[in-house]
This record gives sequence, C-alpha cells and structure tokens, in this order.
Amino acid sequence: MQDQVDAPALDRSTTKPVISAKSLDLTFQTNDGPVHALSGVDLDIGKGEFVSFIGPSGCGKTTFLRCIAALETPTGGMLTVNGMSADEARRARAYGYVFQAAGLYPWRTIEKNIALPLEIMGYSRSEQDERIARVLDLVELSNFGKKYPWQLSGGMQQRASIARALAFDADILLMDEPFGALDEIVRDHLNEQLLELWARTEKTIGFVTHSIPEAVYLSTKIVVMSPRPGRITDVIDSPLPKERPLDIRDTPEFLAIAHRVREGLRTGHAYDD
Amino acid sequence: MRNLVPILTVLAAIVAFWYAAVAPMNIRGALDVAERAGAEVVPAESRARFDQSIWRLMADNSEHIALGYSLDRPRLPTPVQVGSELWKTTGEMALRGRALSKRSLIYHGWITLQSTLWGFALGTVLGMAGAVAIVYSRVVDMSLMPWAIISQTVPIVALAPMIIVLSSQVGIEGRTVPKAIISAYLCYFPVLVGMVKGLRSPGAAQLDLLRTYSASGLQAFLKLRLPASMPYLFTSLKIGIAAALVGTIVGELPTGAISGLGARILIGDQFGTPLAIWAALFAAAILAGVLVTLLDLMQRVTLKRMGMQS
Repeated sequence: MQDQVDAPALDRSTTKPVISAKSLDLTFQTNDGPVHALSGVDLDIGKGEFVSFIGPSGCGKTTFLRCIAALETPTGGMLTVNGMSADEARRARAYGYVFQAAGLYPWRTIEKNIALPLEIMGYSRSEQDERIARVLDLVELSNFGKKYPWQLSGGMQQRASIARALAFDADILLMDEPFGALDEIVRDHLNEQLLELWARTEKTIGFVTHSIPEAVYLSTKIVVMSPRPGRITDVIDSPLPKERPLDIRDTPEFLAIAHRVREGLRTGHAYDD
Repeated sequence: MRNLVPILTVLAAIVAFWYAAVAPMNIRGALDVAERAGAEVVPAESRARFDQSIWRLMADNSEHIALGYSLDRPRLPTPVQVGSELWKTTGEMALRGRALSKRSLIYHGWITLQSTLWGFALGTVLGMAGAVAIVYSRVVDMSLMPWAIISQTVPIVALAPMIIVLSSQVGIEGRTVPKAIISAYLCYFPVLVGMVKGLRSPGAAQLDLLRTYSASGLQAFLKLRLPASMPYLFTSLKIGIAAALVGTIVGELPTGAISGLGARILIGDQFGTPLAIWAALFAAAILAGVLVTLLDLMQRVTLKRMGMQS
C-alpha cells in the first residue's frame, strides 16, 4: 500500500483516495511512431470529489478517464481505483461511464435502456423496476420511460444515459464530455441538475470538458492538462461553496479561478508552438 | 394516389413496347398461317421469306400483321395471351378442382416453392452461422470470406447437375434435397454479407459501454449485436429469398426434372410451346413478388415492434 500522498495536504488527506495515479504513462504505437498520450500523470481523487479534466484536444484527458475505466491499459506507472487495479474495479462494476454520445439503443425504450446494465448484472425484475423509477426521477424523466430515444431531445437523451450510468450503485461516475454536443442553454440547465444530483448521491465524479466555465462551475478540483506529451500542468482546488447557483459565475472568486485555468491552458499551448 | 400515376405510366409504357414488339417478332409465323389459309403473301413460300428481313416482310404484307397477335404458337405472345394461359393453368384448373393436377402451374409452383423454402431456410441458417463465426474470429474471417466470394463466381448452371449427381450418389432420393442445396448455395451469400455488416454495425462506444458493465461476450451478442443487425438481416433476407427461387428454378432446368416451374420452362422449350414458357416465367415472377412482399411485411412488423422508425 502506498501511503505517501504527493498531492497538497487537504481535508481529505486523512482518507484513502478513491482513484490514485502515480507517474502514469500511456504510449500508443502508431505507424508514425510512438504517441505519448499520457506522461507522468500523478493525481489523487478523494471520495465525493467532483474533478474536471480540461485541456485542448490530444492532451490525454479522455485517455486518462478511459484508463480509470480500464478501457485503456497504461504502459507505465500505478493506477488504483477503490484500492484495486483499474481492471478489477471494472469487473467489480465500480463506476458508471457516460459517453459523449448518449448511445441509447434505438430498439429499447428509455426504461429498457436503463434496464440494460441491470439485466447484464442480473438484478431481479422488481429490483430493476424500482431502480429505473428512482434514477428516472433523479434526472427528471419520470414521464418519458415508455418513450423511444428518437422521441426525446438531445439533452433528454443525455440525461437518460446519465440515469443509465447511475442505475447500478457505482460510487464513481466518469463522464466524457457528456454535454459537449448540446447548446449553451441546455448545457447550463444540465450543469445545474448535475450538481444537484451530485449533492444528493455523493458520488465521486470525473468529468472531461472543453469548457472553462463548465469546469469551474461544477468542480471541487480542476485538472488542467496539455498535449504532446499529455500531462497535468495545474491542479486547482476550488474554493467555491458546494451550493452553487448559476449566477455564481459572475462572482470575482469564480472569475479568478477561470482566469487561472485559462493561464494554465495558455502555458500548455506556448510549449506546443 | 400520387404514387399511382408514375407506376401506371411505367407499366403502360412496358405494355405498349411489348405490344409493338409482337408484330415484328411474329411476322414470319403470321405469314405462314396466312399463306396456308390461301392468302396472297409476298414473297410466297416460307423458304423464300427466310432471307428477307422482318421489316421488309412487314412493309410488303401489312394487311397480315394483325394475324401475329393471335397465333397459337407465337414467338412472342401478347400480354393477354400470357395472361389467359396463366389463368387456364392456374385459376381455371383450380375452379374445376384440378389445382394439383400435373398440368397446373399451381402444382408446379408448389413443387418449386417447397425447394425454395427449404433452400432459403438452409441458406439463412448457414449465412447467419457463418456471419457470427466471421465477426467473432479473425481466422475465420480471413479463411472463410474469400471462399464465400469465390463460391458466388462459379456459374450455378455448371454446378447444379453435379450437385444432383453427387447427392443421388450418396443415396438421397428425389430432387427436393439437391434443389434445396442449389438454392441455399445462392441464398446464403447475401445473408452472410448482410449479417456480417449488421453484427459489426455497433460502434466502438457501444462496445465500450458493455465493457464498462463487464458484460460477457454472449450478453454483448444477444443485447447489442443481434438486435443491431435486424434491419440488415431483413434486407438480406429479401435478396436471399429471390436468389433461393432462382436457384431452385436453375436446379430444375438442366437436370431432367419433370415437375417445378423450371421444368415447365424447359419442357415448353423442348415442345415448342412458348406460351407455356411465358406462363411459367410469370408464375415464377409472381411467386418471387409474393415471397419478397411477405418478408417486407415481416420486416415492418418486427422493426415497428422494436420501436424503430421505418
């Protein structure tokens, strides 16, 4: 067990991190030579944190999330999820994953889409129904369970896919640009809902985004990354309160964090040019 | 209603072209009949007319052209003649309670349909099994797929007699089984290709999602790949059943069969009764149309029940 924690000593330093990466490397071998998708990534994520990963394309933010989900295998370093290897955690169904595209099955109703992981994991019929009702309520889609995906708007489809990831009580929710394809207004609304949902469920959330305001608004911790090789350039612990109305985005504290994120992104880019 | 106008226009054009073609195609026969009846024909004697072009004959004997539309053994029968022959050998016989007589196309159609359905079932099962193997195994993909493609380049007319001979060699009685094999040989390919495409249609994200649930391979197949392949499957089945029918008819042609639509076509050819050939051809086309329409209905019902927009 590795006890030494490199991250700054904060209130959670007393508890074990839920996700812990130590000098994580991932190199893809391509025809144009090796691509260093991740290089020397060190990060600890504590229980109940909301961590955003932000950076330009190619910085490895999605790759890092996929490593946590054991959809990619790191080529070096250490990664533990809930104290297990990432792959053990995947097999233990430790996390729910929300992809950029909702990816609902067109031949299943919203209810049946949410039932998919439950069927696979062998929940009883009554247990399935109970959970479907609960998560549909959580994402405010209670009246849409019998609809097919194409009958729903893009935002509603993405909410349904979040419900699907919440249906089996995984403690960790990994979200890969879930609102990237939605317009600003829908995105604001979903951000608000997501914070509410996070407060109610106390999940640990890893969230990949392109948007600075989104990252600052949602997160307790913002991880700024830069490309070639993909690495962490800054980790910002947000001083914002847990309770966040949308207009918090106009406060000086918010703008100060956003400024720091922007600076971090700019440094990463300067290296590139 | 709006669709009806273009459909009827095309149909009318085809029928008009057909009628126009009857005159030149049947002019020699018409002149023979006219001459035998004692009419003046230029030039006289069938032999002498042989060297003349049909256009010249039509120009010189325009008063006899109309005879070409009512010959007993026309080179090209009119649509009405084909229709009445078809009726005589189906509906009329059925009305007289002789639907299953050996002279009825209903009987021959039924023989052909049986082999077609057996071949279709066999071909579909083989095609689907092959597709599953190809999708799940790279080795099978690399080794089986080229043979599947090569199999379709072999002319079925060449292969059909061999299949009949070989199957009688291993002691299979009757023609239903070898005909079904020939028909399956044509029909498995579209099913195989369509199913491979369908089973591979789920994207990487869809498969990743199932990995995050730690789903088994069987679960991924039953819950994702198989339902995702349904639209592809039905499209392939429609091509497959038409191919199966062609396969059966080809299987009946060069093999000395005496029943089935293919045998009717061959016998019509040997006995010089074009009307019988045409009636059998149309019976086959109608049969194919009915089969494809049935599959189309099944597709609609299935996809609708799966909630897909069609």
